[in-house]
Amino acid sequence: MSDADAVPATPAQPDERLKQTTLMTRLLRRPELGALAGLILVTAFFMTVANPAMFSLAGIMNFMAPAAQLGILAIGAALLMVGGEFDLSVGSMVAFAGLAFGTVLVTWEMPLIVAIVATLIFAGGIGAMNGQIVLRTGLPSFIVTLAFLFILRGLTLVGLKWATDGATQLRGVKEAAGDSPILELFSGEAFEGLFAMLAANGWIDTFRNGTPKVTGMPVEILWFAGIALVATWVLLRTKFGNWIFAAGGDANAARNSGVPVRRVKTILFMATAMCAALVAILTVLDAGSTDARRGFQKEFEAIIAAVIGGCLLTGGYGSAIGAFLGAIIFGMVLIGLTYTDIDQDWYLVFLGGMLLLAVLFNNFIRKRATGER
Amino acid sequence: MTESNSTPLIEVRDLVKHFGSVIALGGVSMKVHAGEVLCLLGDNGAGKSTLIKTLSGVHAPTEGTFHVEGRPVSFQSPRDALDAGIATVYQDLAMIPLMSITRNFFMGREPLKGFPPFRHMDMAHADTVTREEMRRIGIDVRDPQQAVGTLSGGERQCVAIARAVYFGAKVLILDEPTSALGVAQTSMVLKYINQVRTKGLGVIFITHNVRHAFAVGNRFTVLNRGKTLGTHAKDEITIDELQNLMAGGKELQDLGAELGGTV
Repeated sequence: MSDADAVPATPAQPDERLKQTTLMTRLLRRPELGALAGLILVTAFFMTVANPAMFSLAGIMNFMAPAAQLGILAIGAALLMVGGEFDLSVGSMVAFAGLAFGTVLVTWEMPLIVAIVATLIFAGGIGAMNGQIVLRTGLPSFIVTLAFLFILRGLTLVGLKWATDGATQLRGVKEAAGDSPILELFSGEAFEGLFAMLAANGWIDTFRNGTPKVTGMPVEILWFAGIALVATWVLLRTKFGNWIFAAGGDANAARNSGVPVRRVKTILFMATAMCAALVAILTVLDAGSTDARRGFQKEFEAIIAAVIGGCLLTGGYGSAIGAFLGAIIFGMVLIGLTYTDIDQDWYLVFLGGMLLLAVLFNNFIRKRATGER
Repeated sequence: MTESNSTPLIEVRDLVKHFGSVIALGGVSMKVHAGEVLCLLGDNGAGKSTLIKTLSGVHAPTEGTFHVEGRPVSFQSPRDALDAGIATVYQDLAMIPLMSITRNFFMGREPLKGFPPFRHMDMAHADTVTREEMRRIGIDVRDPQQAVGTLSGGERQCVAIARAVYFGAKVLILDEPTSALGVAQTSMVLKYINQVRTKGLGVIFITHNVRHAFAVGNRFTVLNRGKTLGTHAKDEITIDELQNLMAGGKELQDLGAELGGTV
């Protein structure tokens, strides 16, 4: 800290000074810069190495689908991390919510809409409970949600056996869902008309009989993009977003300024759990069954995507768009390796390496951006 | 500064605060008027923190009276104190380094526009106000979107004070605002405290640095072992007397003699 900057002799001339904020500085201040750079790098890598089919429309849909499933979790995790907390139980939550969804829909034979709403409320309740335990005991959320990682996974196994008389898989979801009018929102593909029209005009690849090779966009991609947009708007443009940054940056200072830190964090825990429930609903409807391994280790991948997206482990800094990009990187590598001669198992090596790089890069950027001395 | 011409902004009498068997405050009386800086001096453990927290609504007093502008009050939370016009700027718990100056400035009181569910922060307005308020206190903000972490310690204190003033505080409680600062930055903060005083706010300036207190204070209340040792106007007391009063005198004087100067 230098003394020279302490007492300005003359009042500032703000408009002239404003120009000194270069584009570079403003770019470096964006938390998602690292993820964007990473995405460009990974894209460039696969463009050179992989079979060109990877970046055809069909190939893009291929890697965007798993990216979307992970991304919905990662965006929830990112908001929670900006708010200064972790949730390690989201992966198990996917399985548990899948069980809840399957039980209500198949075993209790309720309509699809009831099952979806009940699953979301149920997951929100567990998220709220996670939050209350963390906030009331003052224990680190890392430990509390680690406990729930095991508790929820275990309960899913027990519950599945109970709901199915001994099996660890619950089938018959598609039959139970029937042709409910809201099924289209959560399953299958969207914009089929548009894709057919594009095919008719010869703008996208078609089979010889004229049907498009890609008949539509999987709905989870739309959910993924929609949630990323809403989360970004909330984080950057709303009062609640400001409170998320404040609660994660310094809970005490936030409280002193009148921010309801507990309410903010509880809502974030609930939102994260509900993101997991949404992934459960989407994937269970897609697969037609649910099992105990659903969402296995997804909590780590979600947190890694959030960190690649610029979230600090200490909270108070990060972005939803970053998590969005981070999840796409994941999907690209997971699926992209099948388009190359590279052994699939490099995926895990890549995962760890990417995380390490991202943390180093983010640390450096944060120091630059905030002028930490 | 004559004392009796107006109702004090804050007046406490015989304030007592017990924490179990510990008597943190054993009868504190003080008052602060509009347009004056009251310095609250005391060594570590004198009860300064407890007094601040009582005044700002964090603790409820065990006994004693507490009047704000002549009306008796009993605060249940810091929010109550804030609504009554008492703003507290804590030494290092005021600003969030990773957040932008604008976001810090409006933290907890975000300006909104639009209709629900699309109601959102009016960022352009917030940026304009922030830049304007910073300019008024002479801080050169290149870009109000820059992180508070890029400001110096003195600037951060000034931003915290400016925020309290902007949101209509009548009384400012400053908890050791200069204790972690260098010389130039200290003078910047002191200058600003004086500026706030001339605007007609009451300032309670907590410090254990007698020189800083003497530079801006109008009256001095010394706290020792949970009790007030009396209040002195600036023309009634010298800096050395104040120092002795605060430290309990004797040993410090001896040490001063030993080291060949004032400690």
